[in-house]
Amino acid sequence: MKVVVTSMGEGVDSEVDPRFGRASKFVLVDTETSETTSADNSAGVDATHGAGVQAAETISRLGAECLITGHCGPKAFRALQAAGIEIYTGASGTVAEAIEQLRSGDLQRSGGPDVGGHWG
Amino acid sequence: MIVAIASGKGGTGKTTVAVNLALSLSGDVQLLDCDVEAPNAHLFLQAEPAGHEVVGIPVPEVDGDLCNQCGECSRLCQYNAIAVLGTSVVVFPELCHGCGGCALVCPENAIREVMRPIGVVEEGHARNVHLVQGRLYVGEALVPPLIREVRAKGHEEGMVLIDAPPGTSCSMIAAVRGSDFVVLVTEPTPFGLNDLALAVETVRTLGIPFGVVINRAGSGDDRVKEYCAAESLEILLEIPDDRRIAEAYARGLTLVDAIPDIRPLFASLAAQIEALPPITAERPAEKSLAHVRP
Repeated sequence: MKVVVTSMGEGVDSEVDPRFGRASKFVLVDTETSETTSADNSAGVDATHGAGVQAAETISRLGAECLITGHCGPKAFRALQAAGIEIYTGASGTVAEAIEQLRSGDLQRSGGPDVGGHWG
Repeated sequence: MIVAIASGKGGTGKTTVAVNLALSLSGDVQLLDCDVEAPNAHLFLQAEPAGHEVVGIPVPEVDGDLCNQCGECSRLCQYNAIAVLGTSVVVFPELCHGCGGCALVCPENAIREVMRPIGVVEEGHARNVHLVQGRLYVGEALVPPLIREVRAKGHEEGMVLIDAPPGTSCSMIAAVRGSDFVVLVTEPTPFGLNDLALAVETVRTLGIPFGVVINRAGSGDDRVKEYCAAESLEILLEIPDDRRIAEAYARGLTLVDAIPDIRPLFASLAAQIEALPPITAERPAEKSLAHVRP
């Protein structure tokens, strides 16, 4: 399964970025092959509005089937659902630790947005 | 003649000035309450309702059979209001500003525009005042399109007063732009002075002549007056800091009705407004976004 983790930097040793829409980077990990790539999120970081929607579009294009992040707002949630991406929130530590938490079933699958939306 | 009553700071008395000025003018006047997030002139005027119209902005609707997820719409949209997600294109109407660009760039003609209501324009009459107010629906964030619709109700001839929303952002600009004169209401406090200076800068940028009304005069310090003197700004009126004004306001009464000795102050302001030089320049027409383009 292709998993995207929001992160502060590139590679699996980076810290998880708790923000989704304005996360610094996305680390894409294939849990079958352990192949890892990192992607830029400047489009989300620089967005004046709808950073979460923009970020969902970006990771959908990367082929993500699952997202691990800190928090997810209502518009991002709707966008990720439309893209068929599973959402796990409340992650912390490094990207590698977050993937391990997912494997061991320690992350709760998100059934709805866990933070409110915002404007601008 | 279009006269906008504005202020940098909220709660300085824009509506008080607008309503009492309207009632003090000699002839019929139109009052456009453009503070669409909190229209309150009607509370004081007790106008008889005379019309109601829903206002919306055009938002895209995607035909899934025609769409091939090429993403042109999403690349164009600066507000991320339309996104290609997997095999579908999803619209986020609350982010859409109604520019119509997505429908124009779609190579498959898969996008049509539908109206999304954002508020209402209401009209009413009270004495010599024809009141028009915008009321934004709760939870909506896009203010200027509704303000433009209220402005579009303004008469070409005669006296039109605009009660502007506070601040110096796009909603205030939408209310003030195209007016012939601006009355900036402030109060003699540090906040009042700070926000007056911002409003002065804004109105100067818009190139509109203006004057200042100091409300609650005598309650703070002299810095607003010193600023007005340094900037050569005309002080049109000082409304004294008077408990009777607060009491009348709290009861929903107009000052000219409740406090007879306040009347000459507003009569003087009305005389100054009526004596403003006639406007000869062409005004820019306000563009309506209310109706979906064919």
